[in-house]
Amino acid sequence: MEQLTTIGLNHYLTVSAFLLGFGLFAVMTRKNAIVILMGVELILNAANINFLAFSKFNGGMQGVMFALFVIVLAAAEAAIALAIVINVFKTFKTVDVSNIDSMKE
Amino acid sequence: MFELPSGAEIQSIIASLKGNVGFFLPEIYLSVLFMVLILIDLVVKGRKNNLLSIATLLGLAGSIFFIHQQHALPAGELFFGMYVLDPYALFFKYFSVVGGMLAVIITMADRQFDREVKSIGEYYALIVSMVIGMIMMASSADLLMIFLSMELVSLTAYILTGYFKRNARSSEAALKYLVYGAVSSGLMIYGFSLIYGLTAQTNLIKISTELAAHGYDPLVAMLATLLILAGFGYKIGAVPFHFWSPDVYEGAPTPITAYLSVASKAAGFALLTRFFLISVPHGQPKIEDILGIDWTLLLTVLSIASMIYGNVVAIWQKNVKRLLAYSSIAHAGYLLLGIIVRDQLGTQATLFYLLSYFLMNFGAFYVVILIANKTGSENLDDYRGLGKRMPLAGAALTVFLISLVGLPPTVGFIGKLMIFSSLLAKGSLYLGLALVGILTSVISLYYYMLIPLNMYLRDAQHPAEKDFNPGMIAQVLMAVLMFLTLYFGLFFTPLSDFARYSSALFGLTW
Repeated sequence: MEQLTTIGLNHYLTVSAFLLGFGLFAVMTRKNAIVILMGVELILNAANINFLAFSKFNGGMQGVMFALFVIVLAAAEAAIALAIVINVFKTFKTVDVSNIDSMKE
Repeated sequence: MFELPSGAEIQSIIASLKGNVGFFLPEIYLSVLFMVLILIDLVVKGRKNNLLSIATLLGLAGSIFFIHQQHALPAGELFFGMYVLDPYALFFKYFSVVGGMLAVIITMADRQFDREVKSIGEYYALIVSMVIGMIMMASSADLLMIFLSMELVSLTAYILTGYFKRNARSSEAALKYLVYGAVSSGLMIYGFSLIYGLTAQTNLIKISTELAAHGYDPLVAMLATLLILAGFGYKIGAVPFHFWSPDVYEGAPTPITAYLSVASKAAGFALLTRFFLISVPHGQPKIEDILGIDWTLLLTVLSIASMIYGNVVAIWQKNVKRLLAYSSIAHAGYLLLGIIVRDQLGTQATLFYLLSYFLMNFGAFYVVILIANKTGSENLDDYRGLGKRMPLAGAALTVFLISLVGLPPTVGFIGKLMIFSSLLAKGSLYLGLALVGILTSVISLYYYMLIPLNMYLRDAQHPAEKDFNPGMIAQVLMAVLMFLTLYFGLFFTPLSDFARYSSALFGLTW
């Protein structure tokens, strides 16, 4: 019972592993470009939870710094990604990645 | 939880940061150049502005001066181990800057830009920012810097790939590049977080000592390795992380394709080599590093898969840019061989091969652009009879392709020779790898030679107009690249000495 009630490192790691799994699942099964990008955000946040948890439990500062930079870069990436998706929508009239496939072998 | 530093400590930190700025001049200079280019673009608007192209070219050339001055500085860590300065980093600084200059020159020759874009201002600024990113990739010594510099290169590369906004192929390529890139960098970050969990360090050298001193859980280390390899493998375009590369190479503006295929790949190799050689503990007979063995094994699998897949699939390609994309996957495989050897000779061979790849791949893409300017096509069938109508371009492309196959007397031959001899010097264990490399090179002979075959031995389907002169400057550049490919194939000592000098990594004694 005590295992469940006191929050330790394993709890954080479990949550982050689940987030990574959901993110990968979204990336692999979804066809909508925007949902794929949401999956990527989940993966990045899974890494963030890992960094913060490790940082909390070993007392170092690097993990916190890393998480901050990941958040900033995730925002930058989302901005560029959405610009590209909008441009693709203008050209193809869809954001379904299975239809955006004009180049073939 | 965290101790606050005292006032004196903060003062010493600031003093140390200020002291290190002197070692950071090329990057600062390039950042200023980036902003100046945006300002110039604000003042002089226009299509493919010559002033902007020349300013970028001269600006990048100016940075070579700053990089050259760094030879006098001692190798060492900067900014509390975030960044290093060593001959190995200097090699990639030259490589990215000269590559950026060639990309600008190729852009000036490319007619597609006149048709597709209204304003080209930020294009050059973004190329400069990509150069900065690559320079930082080669010099990073900390997981955080590795991540930041890699994202700097990736984000600018996404934009540049999709620069032809109204072109469907360009937009599609950007989307594919973005999706694969975002996923693989996300996975890499997760791998970094596991490494951080194992060692509580983010500096590569400290990670290495920590792993050697305290050991690690093999399963977690293996998982972290796999995830990190997804990020690096994507950058170097090795199988099975290569899915983006044919589409991106075909859809992107050709100068960007050339730059991505050479400099971005080289920067990926710079990172991979540094990470692999430094953070994986060596010379510890006790745990004859499980991680080390796994890395070598994984890289071997990647290398063999890349060589076979790249060369075999290229056989069926009808689009020359796509063909070169598959060939670049194969070349990633050859380059990986030099890293697997894990000694100075292997690193030297990898660096030399990168130099030769630089010459021949830029050359090949340049000729492809010149031909596409005239024929408006990159299809293999449209190359028929070009040898007679564009004699110099035909000859140059043939030389570059011979070099890509790895036949003498070209620089590509020396590069392959050095890679394979570094493998054989390591013992018979690597004989099989060298054999795979040689056999796949023979396969590559077939598809590379299809292009000269079409150019010289088959007649054009539609006898076209006579005007096939690509212009003076273009011909001079093409001739220079062709000459260098042949010259360094015969007199390769300066290049190989430079590669040897550059194989000195900080924090590593061979």
